[in-house]
Amino acid sequence: MANVLQTSFLPSTSSLRRTPISGSKGKSQALQVKAKIREIFMPALSSTMTEGKIVSWMKSEGDKLSKGESVVVVESDKADMDVESFHEGFLAAIMVEEGGVAPVGSAIALLAETEDEIAEAKAKSQSSSSSSHKVVEEQPKQIEETAPDVPAAAAPTVSASKTVALGSAAHPASEGGKRIVASPYAKKLAKELKVDLGTMAGTGPNGRIVAKDVEAAAAAGIVAASPAKPAPVAPGIELGTVVPFTTMQGAVSRNMVESLSVPTFRVGYTITTNALDALYKKIKSKGVTMTALLAKATALALAQHPVVNSCCRDGNSFTYNSSINIAVAVAIDGGLITPVLQDADKVDIYTLSRKWKELVEKARAKQLQPHEYNTGTFTLSNLGMFGVDRFDAILPPGTGAIMAVGASQPTVVASKDGSIGMKNQMQVNVTADHRVIYGADLAAFLQTLAKIVEDPKDLTF
Amino acid sequence: MHSICSQATAVPRSNFAFDSHAPALPTSKPINLRFCGLRKEAFGFSGLTHSCSSRVRFTSRGHSKRISASAENNGTPPKSFDYDLIIIGAGVGGHGAALHAVEKGLKTAIIEGDVVGGTCVNRGCVPSKALLAVSGKMRELQSEHHMKALGLQVSAAGYDRQGVADHANNLASKIRSNLTNSMKALGVDILTGFGTVVGPQKVKYGKVGFPDNIVTAKDIIIATGSVPFVPKGIEVDGKTVITSDHALKLESVPDWIAIVGSGYIGLEFSDVYTALGSEVTFIEALDQLMPGFDPEIGKLAQRVLINPRKIDYHTGVFATKITPAKDGKPVTIELIDAKTKEPKDTLEVDAALIATGRAPFTNGLGLENINVETQRGFVPVDERMRVIDANGNLVPHLYCIGDANGKMMLAHAASAQGISVVEQVTGRDHVLNHLSIPAACFTHPEISMVGLTEPQAREKAEKEGFEVSVAKTSFKANTKALAENEGEGIAKLIYRPDNGEILGVHIFGLHAADLIHEASNAIALGTRIQDIKFAVHAHPTLSEVLDELFKSAKVKATALSHVPVSEPVAV
Repeated sequence: MANVLQTSFLPSTSSLRRTPISGSKGKSQALQVKAKIREIFMPALSSTMTEGKIVSWMKSEGDKLSKGESVVVVESDKADMDVESFHEGFLAAIMVEEGGVAPVGSAIALLAETEDEIAEAKAKSQSSSSSSHKVVEEQPKQIEETAPDVPAAAAPTVSASKTVALGSAAHPASEGGKRIVASPYAKKLAKELKVDLGTMAGTGPNGRIVAKDVEAAAAAGIVAASPAKPAPVAPGIELGTVVPFTTMQGAVSRNMVESLSVPTFRVGYTITTNALDALYKKIKSKGVTMTALLAKATALALAQHPVVNSCCRDGNSFTYNSSINIAVAVAIDGGLITPVLQDADKVDIYTLSRKWKELVEKARAKQLQPHEYNTGTFTLSNLGMFGVDRFDAILPPGTGAIMAVGASQPTVVASKDGSIGMKNQMQVNVTADHRVIYGADLAAFLQTLAKIVEDPKDLTF
Repeated sequence: MHSICSQATAVPRSNFAFDSHAPALPTSKPINLRFCGLRKEAFGFSGLTHSCSSRVRFTSRGHSKRISASAENNGTPPKSFDYDLIIIGAGVGGHGAALHAVEKGLKTAIIEGDVVGGTCVNRGCVPSKALLAVSGKMRELQSEHHMKALGLQVSAAGYDRQGVADHANNLASKIRSNLTNSMKALGVDILTGFGTVVGPQKVKYGKVGFPDNIVTAKDIIIATGSVPFVPKGIEVDGKTVITSDHALKLESVPDWIAIVGSGYIGLEFSDVYTALGSEVTFIEALDQLMPGFDPEIGKLAQRVLINPRKIDYHTGVFATKITPAKDGKPVTIELIDAKTKEPKDTLEVDAALIATGRAPFTNGLGLENINVETQRGFVPVDERMRVIDANGNLVPHLYCIGDANGKMMLAHAASAQGISVVEQVTGRDHVLNHLSIPAACFTHPEISMVGLTEPQAREKAEKEGFEVSVAKTSFKANTKALAENEGEGIAKLIYRPDNGEILGVHIFGLHAADLIHEASNAIALGTRIQDIKFAVHAHPTLSEVLDELFKSAKVKATALSHVPVSEPVAV
C-alpha cells in the first residue's frame, strides 16, 4: 500500500507543494542551506533521465552513513546505479519507498546530521509525504501528525481508531507466540497489504495460511457494494483536507479496482413480500431478524441453483462451492465488513438469527475471526432500512454473485384479473460474474427466490 | 592472437574462421571437413586450438597418416589391446571423448551401465531445458503487463502437467537416440554393463547375472559422472521429498515446495515451479542466496528472480531432518542455524526438492585394484586429467573426466576434458583452460558467466600485483532487448586495464547463456579487449550488449601497441 501512497510526486517540503515539479530542484536546495537536515535527491544518472525508480534502499532509517557510502540503488532509463551520500550523517527518513518513482531532483530521503535530529526529520518527511500525492490540490492543508513514533513509511492517519488492522479481527491475545504457517506468497501479500498473519486462520492444507486468506482478510467486509460504503461524515473531519486511506480503505479501493477485471452483469426482480412480512411479524418475538430470513430464503434458492453459488477462480473453470455461506454486508466505523452465515441453507432460522446477532456484536467489537468474514460464497447487501428502493452492487472478487436488496414498500399493483390492489414489494438486483453465471441462471434463481419469499413456509420448517 | 599464428597474419582481424589455419596445417584439413558436419563443436574447438594456442602443437605427426586411413573404420586394432581407448560412462563427457577419439583414428569402446547420455541428457540439463522452455513461455503469457506493453491480448494461460512432463521426456529420448546414433554411425563400440577397472589397461564389464567380459585398452577414461547429493537426515521418498531426478519427471506440481540449496539446480527449478503456480521456499546454508555467482549479479538476480516471485527464503540454516509427507501430515523440515547449530525453525510444506549439489558416482569402479583412493568420492587427477594414485604418482594410461573428478561439474566441461585427454593420448600435449569454460543458469532471464568473479579477480590481483577494472553495460540500453520488452539485465566485464586481458564476464539478462560465448572464446584464445572491441556485431542484436561492454572498457594506452597475448593457462 505504501507504494500506492508514495507516488512519484514528491516535492520535499510543504512550501513546494504548489510548484511544478521541474522547478523543485532550485528551491529545495535553497532550503537545504539553512537546515541541518539534508535531503537526498533523485540524481540524474544520464542526460535523458527525467525520473528514476528506487530499486532498493541499501540502508534503513536510523543507519549511520559516511560520506561516499552507497545509500540507494536507482534505476534510470538506462541502468541501475548505486547512489552515494555526499554527506555524513544518519538516514533519518525514507520518502520514496522501494519500487517508487521520483522525478530527477526531488528529495527521496532525509539525512540528519545528528541522531537527535532524526525525529525532526521524520516529522518533516511525513508532513510532506501526506501531501505528496496531491500536488494539484489547491489548498492542501496539512494533517497534523502528532504521533512521532509512527514509522515514516506508514500512511498518515486521521485518527487512531482507523488504523486498526484489517478486518479488525485482531484478538489481542490470539495465539500470541504460536508459530504461523503461511505460504511464501501469503507472507509477501500480507506484508504488502499490511495484514497481520497472526490474526488469521488459514484455509490451506493443514490450516496453512494461503494467499487467498490474506486477500480475503484484506478485503474483509469491504467488498460489498460501493454505494453501501457510508460516507464518513463523522464530526472530526476537516473540510478541504486530503485524507489518505486507512489500511482498510486502501484494501477496499484495491478490491474495487480489481473487480473491474470481472465481466459482470445485473438482473433485477420485484418480489412481493406480504407473506414474508407476515411471517416476520409472527416469529419476531422469537428473536428472528429480517436479515436472517432473507439470508435463509436466499440460501434455499441457491441450493436449487448451485451455479449461482459458484465462482470463477482462474478464468478457466467453475468452482462449485460445497457449502452455501451467505455473507451480509454491515457498515462499521470507517468501512464495511461482511459477517458470514455459514451453511445458511441447512441451519434453522432460529439458530441462524442467534448466529447473526452474535456476528454483529463481534463485528462491532472488532472481534470477528477470519473464517467469520471471509468464507462467503454469496453476498447480500441490504440498504432497505435506509429507504433505498433499488441499487446496484459491485461483485466482491472471488465470489460469483451479490444481491442488492432494496426496501419493501407498499405498491399499487394491477393483477391479471384486472383488479388493482396494494402489495408490499421489494426490488432485488443481482450482480454476477458472467464467466460462470449466465442470464438464464440468474433469472431462474430469482424466480425460485421470489417463490420462496412469496410462500415462506419453508423458511421455518 | 594473430601474432602467434604467423601464417594467419595475412588474414585480417576476423581470423576466427577455419580458413586462417588451413594453410598452416594442411594435414588436418580433410579431417575437420569430414567431421564438422557431424559435430560442430569438435570442428570449432580443435580448429581453433590447432591454429591459435601455441601450447597445442603437433608434437607427433606420425598419427596423421593413420587418421586418414582409418577414420571410417574405427581404427585398426592394435596388436596387444582390444581397443585403443575405453571410456567408462556414456554421458556427455564420454560421448565427446569418444567422438574425438574416432576422429583421431582410435579404436574406441564406450561402456554404459545405465542409459546413453548420462545425467545431462536423461536427468539433467536436457529435460530441465524442456521444463524451462515451458516456464519461460508461461511466464510471458502470464505477465499481463508485459503482454499489454507489446499490445498483445492473451486469454488466461494454462498448462497440462502431463503434457509438459511428456515434452521433457520426449526431448531426453530424442537427444539420447541422437547421441547413440552418432556414436554408432562412427563405429564406436557401445558395451552394455557396469564397468570396473581390474588392473592397468584392463576393464571388466557386464550386466548383473551375466558373466563378465574383460577387455583391454591402451588408455582408459573414467567418465562415470555423478548422482544428486542428499545430506544425511533427509529421507527421499521420490514423491514428496525428491531430488532433481524425480523433479524432472514432473509427476506433480505441489502448491508449496521447499528447495534446499539455491545454486543452479535450485534456481532453475524455482523458475519452473513458480511459473507453473507453485510457491517456493529456499533453504540455503550460506548467508547469501545464490552463492557462487558474482555477488553483484547475484544481487540483481535476487531482485528479479526471487523478490517479485512467490518465493521466500531462509539463509544461514541447515535442513537437518526432512520427513516425507505421510498419513495426511505434510513434509516437515527441521532447520538449525548454520553457525550456532541451534534449532531455528520447522517448516511444513507440500514437497521438498533436494538441490544441495551432486556427489561423484565412483563406487564399484575398482579403483582399489590400481591403488587409487577417492577423495570424498572424487577421483584425484592432475591438470591433464591423469589419475593420481594413493602415493601421489600418476597412474599410466588412466584418465578421469567430468563430474567424477569434480574439477568443474558441467557437461561441456566434461566433454572438453575428454577431448583434451584424447589429444594427449594421440600424442599432442594439451591442457584445458578451465577459466575459459562458460557456465549458464537457464532462469528467465538467464545468467551466464566465464572466468573469475569480481572478488576472485581482486584477490588474484592483490596476490599477483596487478590492477583490476570493471566495466558494465545494461540491457536497458540495447535496442533488441527493448524491442522484446526485456530490458532487465546487465553484463559485467572484469579485466586488466594494463594489458586488456579479460578475467571474467558475467551476464544476467535475455539470452545470457547464448551471449557468453563471445567472451569465453576470447578468454580461450587469449584475445584482448583492445582487439575484440573492433569486432563487428550485427545491429540490432543482443550481442551488442557485449560489444558495448568491450568498448566501454578502458585499457591503458601502453597496452594498445602490439603486445603478444599470453597463452591460456590451465587452472
